[in-house]
Amino acid sequence: MKIVALAAAAGLAFAAAACAKPTEETPGTGSSAAAAFSACMVTDTGGIDDHSFNASSWAGLKAAEAGNPAIKPSYTASTAMSDYDPNLANSVTKGCQYIQAVGGLMGDATKKAATANPKVQFSIVDADNLGQANVYPIQFQTQQAAYLAGYLAAGYSKTGKVGTYGGMKIPPVTIFMDGFADGVAAYNKAKSKNVQVLGWDKAKQDGLFTDDFGSQEKGKQKSDTLAAQGADVIFPVAGGAGLGTAANAGDKYVVIWVDADGFETTQYGKVMLTTVVKNSTDGVKEAVTKAAGTPGTLLTGGFMGTLANNGVSLAPYHDFDSKIDPALKAEVEALKQDIISGKITVESPAQPK
Amino acid sequence: MTSHEPIEQEPAATAASADKSPALPAAAPAVPTVAADQYPGAAVKVEEKPARHRTPDEPKRSFARTFREELWADNSFTVTLLAIVLALICGAILMVVGNADVRDQWQYLFYQPGKTLGDTWEFVSTAYADMFKGSIVNPDTVNRWYWNMTTWQQVLYPISETLTNAAPLIFTGLAVAVPFRAGLFNIGGQGQAIMGAIGGGTIGLALSLPEVIQVPLGVLAGALLGGLWGYLVGVLKARTGAHEVILTIMLNNIAFLFLGWYILQSFIKDPNRSDAISQPIEESGDLPQLIPDPLLRAHYGIVLALLAAAGVAWLLKRGRFGFELRAVGHNPHAAATAGIKVGTTIALTMALAGALAGLGGTSVALGTAPALTVDMLGQVGFNGILVALLGRVRPWGVVGAGLLFGALQAGGNAMQTFSGVSVELVVVIQALIVLFVAAPALVKSIYRLRRSPAAAAQAGLAKG
Repeated sequence: MKIVALAAAAGLAFAAAACAKPTEETPGTGSSAAAAFSACMVTDTGGIDDHSFNASSWAGLKAAEAGNPAIKPSYTASTAMSDYDPNLANSVTKGCQYIQAVGGLMGDATKKAATANPKVQFSIVDADNLGQANVYPIQFQTQQAAYLAGYLAAGYSKTGKVGTYGGMKIPPVTIFMDGFADGVAAYNKAKSKNVQVLGWDKAKQDGLFTDDFGSQEKGKQKSDTLAAQGADVIFPVAGGAGLGTAANAGDKYVVIWVDADGFETTQYGKVMLTTVVKNSTDGVKEAVTKAAGTPGTLLTGGFMGTLANNGVSLAPYHDFDSKIDPALKAEVEALKQDIISGKITVESPAQPK
Repeated sequence: MTSHEPIEQEPAATAASADKSPALPAAAPAVPTVAADQYPGAAVKVEEKPARHRTPDEPKRSFARTFREELWADNSFTVTLLAIVLALICGAILMVVGNADVRDQWQYLFYQPGKTLGDTWEFVSTAYADMFKGSIVNPDTVNRWYWNMTTWQQVLYPISETLTNAAPLIFTGLAVAVPFRAGLFNIGGQGQAIMGAIGGGTIGLALSLPEVIQVPLGVLAGALLGGLWGYLVGVLKARTGAHEVILTIMLNNIAFLFLGWYILQSFIKDPNRSDAISQPIEESGDLPQLIPDPLLRAHYGIVLALLAAAGVAWLLKRGRFGFELRAVGHNPHAAATAGIKVGTTIALTMALAGALAGLGGTSVALGTAPALTVDMLGQVGFNGILVALLGRVRPWGVVGAGLLFGALQAGGNAMQTFSGVSVELVVVIQALIVLFVAAPALVKSIYRLRRSPAAAAQAGLAKG
């Protein structure tokens, strides 16, 4: 007990020490570290382990570090929307040369910080450049890859019914569902079949939603409903809630995952037909590597992930490689080439302009 | 009576109420967590020597002597302060466990004891120093400002962040403290704050009137909507006897999902944005900043919070409704016998609590948020419960606790960016502070506090 009291006294002594005047009189202006390139990321409220764009953007910074050891990545997690302003401002104070914001909801805070610090390079995933020259946008034509997944699902389905549900009716979610529905429609047109999409109506822009990105129980409920209606391929666009669908798949249905390859990032690889990959990792890696290559100058343009530049893609089939009809695989590959060449355009009201 | 029983904190007030209504005996505290420490010896074995006890009829002591004795005695101020220190020590241990480099160094404790302890001290002290610099003042910045190397705005930035974070916490803390005094446990601060943010935010984004009209209108709408959300609980409790804890938890969920639905409606959603976000809140609807500068976010929300605390303090101490509220809290049956309308009092108390929490939500919506989003409030309503408990459910205590928690949050953000310590640590520290405050016997035995003579005197007064 004495020791604890002693430690308490030490704590108080420390508090006093923190108030003491610093000895150095003219500290450096923060850019003294010339060799190292400080790349910072501010997460949105999902946190760093969200199995979605925060995690994959962070993976992009780490990948950039692996390629160029001078890049020193660090991150700051936000717990509420009101944390965005201070976290971005603190990152500037810290001397970060590249600041990665994640998600369109950080747009306002990023714009504010970018306006106040016109010489610092900012970058944002899932938003445009906000009218700022020092903001580098990283966006994705996700509907292109979802289209391929829809075609594949329609061809794979034995029951003639495929299902999908979303985490929330917001564009970053519905863009997946739009592409998926279009892909199924394309299959029906090509084969004169009538495969039905349960859970999303593109024309009405309405469908099935958990209104929760975390609850596996709600994900399971939605997929049980879809399975009961006969769907044997289910496409959950609901982040962690989708794990409830994957966990309870059994032999009833197979799952198409989103964002990062579900075969590798979840424990349910056995039921993953494929994944509609949104490659934030490569987008961020490319941006920060470019920025580190030319420190002191601002990046121009932006990153638009498409099938052509592998910014969005369909993941490998892994365990299902032998179970999918080779003809279907060839058709999906052909469709991909058609989208890349521009012969087919896939559109969604939610796509970035 | 020990010093940490929230309901019977103010001996003067208790005595006054006894005067006005002799029919009201002092009742047991409403919440079981505090009930346990009526018997300090039962939970933790404290060896208290009765010789140390001072009876009230001993000769009067000088102020200096009283001060000296109180300094290391179990009065609520010392216990709170030591609880904070204890929580920071626990936080330091977690920091070390959570940092791979420092943790690895501990394997060599016996080979390189100096380096191990030095590294640990270096890491922990830098982190806590960053927390201090991010919430109160950064001496480095002051120094640079003195040498004309930076602006005075930078000097005020940390304190501005603390005030920004504290404003909603004080409101939601009051929203828990007020019903607590009426024997009600309001878990619904989060939902009420959400409804307040919806009310204030809608006025903020829908109208573009002159600022002097639109801001009060927005604040009023926030208080009104939050108040209605609280009133709903009060009425259901009074009419049907449904338990307020269950009601408020359920209404939290309903409010949260309602916000998610609401911002997607065509008249609210920003048509130019692809994410779930409302139209931007008009500048004329925003609470004005204390100092108009893009860096300093602190706004008049903190002034409103202090006014609200003053209002609540007056109400509880002097107001007729405040008296009825406390009477219902002490013993509803006795209050009813004395002619107080218990149902009405409960409903109005919850409405008041809801309005306070609603103001907390409004202060976020009109203070810092650019628009309404699903995650705009974070955990502000739930943190209000901690703030209220740490503030011992007294209005000015809530203000102090709100400022402390605001500082911890602002400092936590800075600590995270500069030292790489996870921001979740702040949540752990906040929870530990409240845990230690709620278990004063633990703090007392750890620090070997002596029994407070003043508290003993008060107890004697109250019982005698």
